[in-house]
Amino acid sequence: MARLQVESTINGETKEFLCDADQSMLDVLRDELGLTGTKEGCGTGDCGACSILVDGRLVCACLMLGVESGGKSIETIEGIADKDGLHPLQRQFLENAALQCGICTPGFIVASKALLEKHPNPDEETIRYWLAGNLCRCTGYDKIIRAVQDAAAEMSHPA
Amino acid sequence: MESYSYAAPNSVSEAVALLSDNASIGRQTQILAGGTDVLVQMRGSGHTPRAILDIKALVETNRLEVSAEGIYIGSAVSSAVINENQQLQEALPGLLEAADLIGSTQIQGRATICGNLCNASPAGDSIPAMIAASAVCDIATATGTRELPVEEFVVGVGQNALQPGEFLLGLKLPMPTPGTKDAYLRFTPRTEMDIAVAGVGVSLTLKEGVCTAARVAIGAVAPTARLVPEAANALVGTDLNDQALADAGEACKAAASPISDKRGTAQYRKKVVAVLCRRAIALAHQRIQGA
Repeated sequence: MARLQVESTINGETKEFLCDADQSMLDVLRDELGLTGTKEGCGTGDCGACSILVDGRLVCACLMLGVESGGKSIETIEGIADKDGLHPLQRQFLENAALQCGICTPGFIVASKALLEKHPNPDEETIRYWLAGNLCRCTGYDKIIRAVQDAAAEMSHPA
Repeated sequence: MESYSYAAPNSVSEAVALLSDNASIGRQTQILAGGTDVLVQMRGSGHTPRAILDIKALVETNRLEVSAEGIYIGSAVSSAVINENQQLQEALPGLLEAADLIGSTQIQGRATICGNLCNASPAGDSIPAMIAASAVCDIATATGTRELPVEEFVVGVGQNALQPGEFLLGLKLPMPTPGTKDAYLRFTPRTEMDIAVAGVGVSLTLKEGVCTAARVAIGAVAPTARLVPEAANALVGTDLNDQALADAGEACKAAASPISDKRGTAQYRKKVVAVLCRRAIALAHQRIQGA
């Protein structure tokens, strides 16, 4: 079977790639485009490690076909920091020690970015419900919640 | 070896033609909307390569209309999109609370309630809520469209009434009249991302304090979600007093034929479905009074 040719915007850049009809977006990012920041945890949409934004909407890359990204704008963890440095969320995850092994971290940061775009000042309950689809087996979540709160504060009152 | 193929037609006639072409060469078609069930199933054992037909490029499946004439929710419209729709929040709070119970933020970004319906799990949360809200399936066929009430669409565990060559275009729902509200409650051991032990969807209409119409549907307590007319009959003509609620709860219990599994015994599920029924009625009643 011939591979499919797809063109999509990845982190602001137009990319063309070839993929199989049944290849997930996660496998396309990691294996075809070399963007290995997006992690595979469960591969069944339970853990959120592969969270990406598709036209601004938070989704699991493991539950989307690569071919479905045609014509869409995809944002991954690699697109979060800008030329001036880390995103406030990335900085606050470091400041709060909100990660240990790190496998869940890209997913948490992408999911938290989507949260802060929708709710710039979320309370703890809102954060916990929004991030219920991101599993972390190291931190116990408290530090992650604090990192998101600190990033929200920093983003609404830039120093 | 046979491999997967992918097509995303942009007209219904093209989609229906592809279904029929695939069938004529003995190739299985997999309809793809949100994909949150399909992609997991594709990785399961026993799943054979097939022709994937993505229905998200169709105008019809992307329709989301809320007007006095009625409501239409296309089969490609994600839960996240319907949950953000303010008109729907006012018109069908129960259907939206059911959709909002399914999966994480990530899942809701892709999943569709029509997919939840087609997947036909006994515990599909949106299905009792759809039945309570009198939703009707708008089905594309080789010759046009046909309609089927949601309570007749699911025919068994994982089985729906779609015939070869058909797919679900969307749901048609009546716009609730003033004095009509819905509610959906389920019980799960965990508050987020769990599978229902039991669920109840209700829609009530009140005129001057008296219930003039009701629909009650139960989920996760039988092979398919079920409409329970006996529960509705217990409510109509009453002022929704405690006895009426208790009678409706007992009717749900009688209509349930649950299994025992790790989430709960059959006996427990029957007890819980009666409790949920009473609480869902009280919630819908509150919503009517609050309006």
